[in-house]
Amino acid sequence: MISWTTATPAVTSAFLASLVEVVEAFTIILAVATVRGWGPALFGTGAALAVLTLIVLILGPVLGQVPLHALQLVIGILLLLFGLRWLRKAILRRAGIVALHDEADAFSKEKAELQGAALRKEAHLDWIAGLAAFKAVVLEGVEVVFIVIVVGAGRGLLLPASLGALAACLLVMAVGLIVHKPLARVPENALKLGVGVMLSAFGVFWTGEGLGVNWHGQDAAILVFAALFLMVGLCTASLARRSTAETA
Amino acid sequence: MTVLALIVREIVGMFIDDEFLAVAVLAVAGTAAALVFWIGAPQLVAGGLLLFGCIAVLVASALKAKGKTERHNAIQDSIATRA
Repeated sequence: MISWTTATPAVTSAFLASLVEVVEAFTIILAVATVRGWGPALFGTGAALAVLTLIVLILGPVLGQVPLHALQLVIGILLLLFGLRWLRKAILRRAGIVALHDEADAFSKEKAELQGAALRKEAHLDWIAGLAAFKAVVLEGVEVVFIVIVVGAGRGLLLPASLGALAACLLVMAVGLIVHKPLARVPENALKLGVGVMLSAFGVFWTGEGLGVNWHGQDAAILVFAALFLMVGLCTASLARRSTAETA
Repeated sequence: MTVLALIVREIVGMFIDDEFLAVAVLAVAGTAAALVFWIGAPQLVAGGLLLFGCIAVLVASALKAKGKTERHNAIQDSIATRA
């Protein structure tokens, strides 16, 4: 029986994290489609999705063989590394120490690169464009696959987490195809902060469970950890921004 | 091969961005594990160490990055002033 206190954060994390990654991949796909047409863009995307499916098909049965406590410990530590990295980056961006990610800028750069290749009359332009789409989808997709596995595998929530990620893909594709430009207005850093908070909370919870810690409140402890990480994240960003402003 | 190398680099980069953060998180998790498995400390102590250790590491890493950026900017300013 799936507990909603675990399933909701898992599905929400998978959805929001996938949203961030899919928006970035979509920017490159759109740049490829704008310069070389939808053929190479869809070919590269399709090939990348095939590679990602292969990764899931290989990893899925392997994960099923690992004892639950060991799986929770390994996934918990990986989640801590991954989640705290996202949270740190979101804090630094919020504090103005690291520049915000700009989808419009990423789109322009990719477009200019492909147009430059066309001007240099490089052979196999469609191949180069398809490869650009392939790389973008594989690189961002690997993160999506990882997130789905880590938020889903520890509690048998792989299917709900996958549905969360799939919903994000469909949403980005639908909105992207309608507006037909990079989704620069998506609040990427706020999403990154939220996902970093959730993944870090899951990381602490599952590392603890892997070590045999019985958390008070069971699954509800995840929400308490998330609230704590959010509060600390916002306070740290505010402190860093204030002292940076004072120095300037 | 380049694509494969990129994928491997991306996977490693997913977990290790700031070396201090990665090493410190592993140290916190390792200490919590040592408390549970070798010393037999109460679960609450190991859990608390894990939670508050990670929070401390996060804050330290972010403030360290801020200090590094400030030092870098100060050096850039001093070079610009001399020029």
